[in-house]
Amino acid sequence: MSLTGTINGNRTSTPFVKRLADASEPYLYSAPALILIIGVMMVPLVVGISYAFRDIQLLNPFSGGFIGLDHFRALSEDAAFYRALKNTLWWTGASVFLQFFLGLILALLLDKPFWGRGLVQALVFLPWAVPSFLAGLNWAWLFNPVIGPLPHWFFAMGLMDQPGNLLSDPRLAMWGPIIANVWWGIPFFAITLLAALQSIPRDLYEAASIDGASWFQRFFSITLPFLAPTIAITVLLRTVWISNFADLIVVMTGGGPADRTQIVASYIFTQAFKRLDFGYASAIALVLLVLLLAYSMLIILLRQSLLSKD
Amino acid sequence: MRRSVIPVVAHRLAILCYVVFALFPLFWLLKVSITPNDLLYSEGVRMWPSRTTFEHYTHVLRHSDFPTFFKNSVIVSGSTAVVVTVCASLSGYALSRFSFRAKYWIVALMLLTQMFPLVMLVAPIFKMLSPLGLTNSLTGLVIVYSAFNVPFATFLMQSFFDGIPKDLEEAAMIDGATKFTAFRQIILPLTLPGIAATLGFVFTAAWSELLFALMLINGNDAATFPVGLLTFVSKFSVDFGQMMAAGVLALIPAGLFFLLIQRHLVRGLTAGAVKG
Repeated sequence: MSLTGTINGNRTSTPFVKRLADASEPYLYSAPALILIIGVMMVPLVVGISYAFRDIQLLNPFSGGFIGLDHFRALSEDAAFYRALKNTLWWTGASVFLQFFLGLILALLLDKPFWGRGLVQALVFLPWAVPSFLAGLNWAWLFNPVIGPLPHWFFAMGLMDQPGNLLSDPRLAMWGPIIANVWWGIPFFAITLLAALQSIPRDLYEAASIDGASWFQRFFSITLPFLAPTIAITVLLRTVWISNFADLIVVMTGGGPADRTQIVASYIFTQAFKRLDFGYASAIALVLLVLLLAYSMLIILLRQSLLSKD
Repeated sequence: MRRSVIPVVAHRLAILCYVVFALFPLFWLLKVSITPNDLLYSEGVRMWPSRTTFEHYTHVLRHSDFPTFFKNSVIVSGSTAVVVTVCASLSGYALSRFSFRAKYWIVALMLLTQMFPLVMLVAPIFKMLSPLGLTNSLTGLVIVYSAFNVPFATFLMQSFFDGIPKDLEEAAMIDGATKFTAFRQIILPLTLPGIAATLGFVFTAAWSELLFALMLINGNDAATFPVGLLTFVSKFSVDFGQMMAAGVLALIPAGLFFLLIQRHLVRGLTAGAVKG
C-alpha cells in the first residue's frame, strides 16, 4: 500500500519538464527513422507527383514549365503504355501464380520429416539469397544459345524450331523474366507457407486419420483453412511487389524485343533513365500509383465483405 | 509395407526436382566461370569442361575495375546496414515498448512506404540530390538505401523486441536506471541475434539494389557491383568467362549472409507482412 502511494505521489508532483521529456521519449527514438523516410521517400513522392504536371526533361534547360494535363493526354494515346499495362498483368499474374503454386508444393514436401531435411531446405532456399540483378543475368545467360544449355534442350525436345534465344523471340520473350522470377521467388512463398504449416497443431491430423480421412480430405479440411490467412496476405502483398519489380526485366531484356516485355515499372525507368524525360516518367508513375491504390482498396473492401459474411 | 514405398519415392523425387531446379543456374554460372575460352564454344552443353582454369578470376581481379566495384559495394552496403540498424533499433523499440499518440500514424506511414512503387522516386530523387552534389557519390546511395530499408528493418526489430519480456527493463528501472540505460544495457544485448539478422538483411538488400544505382551513378569510380557488372556486360559481351567469374564474386557476400541468417529467415520474411 505504502509503495503504490509513494509512486502515485511522485507522479502527480513530477515537474513539467520531466513530463515533457517522458512524453517526447518515443518520438525521439523514432525521429532518425522518420526523418529518413520523410526526407528521402515522402518529399520525393510529393515532388514526383508535381513533376507529372510539369515539363521536365533533364537535358533541356528550357523545360520545367507547368503544362497541366498534357502528359496524361499524351499517355492516353501512347500505345506502348497500354502494351505495358497488359504486360504488367501477364507478368504479375503468371509470376505470382507459379511462385505460389510451386512454393506451396515445396512447403508441403518440406513439412514431412526426412533424412537430410535441413540441408535440402538450405539448398532449395538458396535462390532467395541471390541478388536480383545476378538472377537476371544468370538466366539471360542460360537462355543464350552461345553459352546456355536451355535453347539446345528446348530444340532437342521439339519445343523450338532451332536453338535460338528465347529472349529475342517477341512471342515468347516474356517467359524469360517470368521463369527467372519464379526461380527467384519460390523460396519466399515456401518459407512463409512452411512457417504457417508448422504452426498447425499435429493432433488435428492424427484425429482426422483415426477417423479415416484421406490425404486429400485432410488437406482440404485442415491444412487449407489454416493456411488461408497466410496465403491471402502473402499473395496480395507479393502481387503489389511483383508488379513493381522491374529489375529482372531491365537486366534481361530492357523491355524488348519491340516492347514485348515492357511492364509499367520498367517503362517508367526507361523514360527516366534512357530518355531523361522526368515529367512523362512521373505521369506514368502517378497512374501506376492510382491503379495500385485502387487494387489495395478493392482488396480491403473484399476482405471486409468476406469477414462480415462469416 | 509395400504400399508406403511409392509415396516415399515420389516425395524424394519431387524434392530432387526442386533441388536441381534451384541449383542448376548457379552451377552453370560456376561451370562457365572455370571453363577455358577455347573450350567454351566447342564443348557447348557439356556438364563439366574437360579442362578447368582460374584465368577468368585472375583476369577479373587483376586487370578490371571489379575490385573497385566490389569495394564500393562493400562500403555502401556496410554503411547502409549500420545506419539502418541503428535507426531501426530505436524506432522498433519505440513501437514495441511505448504507446503514444502518433504510433498508429508512424506504422501507417511505414506500411505505405512498402506499398508504393519505388521506381516512382527515381526521377525526383535524382533531381533533388544533384544540386547537393550527392549524385555519383557513395554517400548519396547510402542515404537513399537507408531510407528505403528503414521501414522493413523497423518492423523486424520490433518483432525481436516484442519477444523480450517487459519485466527485465522494469526491474532495472526500479533499481534506478533510466529507460534509455535499460534499453542500452539490458535490452540491446539480448537482441544481438536480431541486430545481426537486421544487419544482414539490409546489407543484402543494398548489395542487390540496381535501378537507383544505375540512375544515380555514372562513371566507374563510384559504381557499385551491379552497375559495374551491367556496364561490363553491355561493353564486353563476348567475355562470358570473365562475366560469370564476376557474377560468382557478386554471389559471395550474399551467400555468406544466407548461411548466417538461415535460422532467422522465417521471422525476417514474415515480420513485414504480419506485424503492424
